[in-house]
Amino acid sequence: MPEIITKIPLEYYIILASILFCIGVIGVLTRKNALIIFMCVELMLNAVNMLFIAFSAYKGDAAGQVFVFFIMAVAAAEVAVGLAIIVMIYRNTRSVDIGQLNKIKY
Amino acid sequence: MLSILLLSVFGIANLFLGFLKNRQILFVGAILFVLITFGANLVEWGNPLDFGASINKGMMATDKTSVLFTAVLLFTAFLIMPLSQNYIQDKEAQPAEYYAILLFSLVGAVMMVSYESLLMLFVGIEILSISMYVLTGANKRNNRSNEAAMKYFLQGSFATGIFLFGVALLYGSTGGFSLSKIQEYVSSTPNISPMLYLGLMFTLVGMLFKVSIAPFHFWTPDVYDGAPTLFTTFMSTIVKTAGFAALFKLLSSSFGNVYGYWQTGFITLSALTIVVGNLTAVYQQSFKRMMAYSSISHAGYLLLAVTAFNERSSSAILFYSLSYSLATVCAFGVLMLVSAKNHNEEYNSFNGLAKSNPFLALVMTIAMLSLAGIPLTSGFFGKLWIFISAFERGMYWVMVIAALMSAVGLYYYFKVIIAMYLKEPHSKETDTKIEVPTPYIIALLIGTILTVVLGLLPDTIFGLLK
Repeated sequence: MPEIITKIPLEYYIILASILFCIGVIGVLTRKNALIIFMCVELMLNAVNMLFIAFSAYKGDAAGQVFVFFIMAVAAAEVAVGLAIIVMIYRNTRSVDIGQLNKIKY
Repeated sequence: MLSILLLSVFGIANLFLGFLKNRQILFVGAILFVLITFGANLVEWGNPLDFGASINKGMMATDKTSVLFTAVLLFTAFLIMPLSQNYIQDKEAQPAEYYAILLFSLVGAVMMVSYESLLMLFVGIEILSISMYVLTGANKRNNRSNEAAMKYFLQGSFATGIFLFGVALLYGSTGGFSLSKIQEYVSSTPNISPMLYLGLMFTLVGMLFKVSIAPFHFWTPDVYDGAPTLFTTFMSTIVKTAGFAALFKLLSSSFGNVYGYWQTGFITLSALTIVVGNLTAVYQQSFKRMMAYSSISHAGYLLLAVTAFNERSSSAILFYSLSYSLATVCAFGVLMLVSAKNHNEEYNSFNGLAKSNPFLALVMTIAMLSLAGIPLTSGFFGKLWIFISAFERGMYWVMVIAALMSAVGLYYYFKVIIAMYLKEPHSKETDTKIEVPTPYIIALLIGTILTVVLGLLPDTIFGLLK
């Protein structure tokens, strides 16, 4: 086991990842710009990645790190689709403000 | 397992067929591909093809339950494909891409019903969701379609983040992703760490979000309303069936020992969903938006079956999602024809349909009766079995709520039937006959006949899982 693992307790990683995750959640809930919301979602995913890697290293189990690769690949696909949707919206409305998305009402 | 391989290959094949100038080949090809996969899936009944542990590594498993759910998914897709006929004529549309994405999204759905590891569950959910984000925005010059795609995408990826955080915490407490390893930890550890409960909560919230359980349902009406109707049909049937199969599989194979932890929450949520879905549906003017709220209420009934959590649950979920899918496909198929002619999706566009086109009116009536749960249609037995399994669990007060709310459901489903049979059309112009293309007739006939047959002989499907 590497020395650094014995010096930094696992709890520190969990707390750091939780804080990052909460920042992401708060960003998604409060911001109005679609791009910033999107960045906050990515922050949430990266907080999860860090949590996976920390657990994986402390348990000496590689499965967690493999999961991180899957999350990265899926997040890349999501970015491709998400940015395309944002560009599509921008072409039609000249804005990426989600406050403008109020056409669908009953 | 075989169906995943076939669907992936067929999706790519469909993209290449798009190079041909003849779009009719694409249409026939896509339907044929789904049929072949449906047949190949049934071959796996009894002799699953898992390629052994050397390749599979405990990631996925094909058993009788997963074969049946895959069959329901593929059959629904087979009924939806013929309804895409108007895209063949539309010069703006790209049918090759639509069909390929539909086939690829089915891969995700099949993965969601046959996973053995949370990794595969995650990949399956994402394949299905990302395909749906694209298809929701397929109508790219339409502001409503754009808005729906954006809302679905932002809220869906937010839910994915929450789901993944839960999976990370489950991994931290149990040390593995496979369902059997989590089950082993949950059943053998005397003091289960609080991290597992927290992780389970996040994971379930993420999944309930995808199947639109109140209070996580806010995206559903807007997305269903804004998306092109063909893809709304796909979303409200296939995504829901796969989502509930995955939810039940996760809970039954890993978290049966901590039933007390999630039971109370689930009972409350299903009661809330049934109430919110039915009561809001009453106030809708648009038929499509009413169907969105009705799909929320049906999600509530399905969650009731998950919560009942006994040996009947799995078959109750299977039968309910099959009968719900059949009726929904028929209803949306009729809506597509009617709204293409009248250019609106409100109740009054159905006025006088029974006179101008009795066939469509009959299909719609049977679909509405099945959704409302009237006897002699399959929807009745779907609801009945959910109530029986809830009764065996002793969830009496939520059953009372569910039964009362089905009565509320009668009101808004009958609004359409009244509009079709008793109201006069607005003008002479709307009185002209709607032409029903042959593929529509075939799909709607199969859906309607099955709805009635399953309402008369329900044991044919129900007995399979025993």
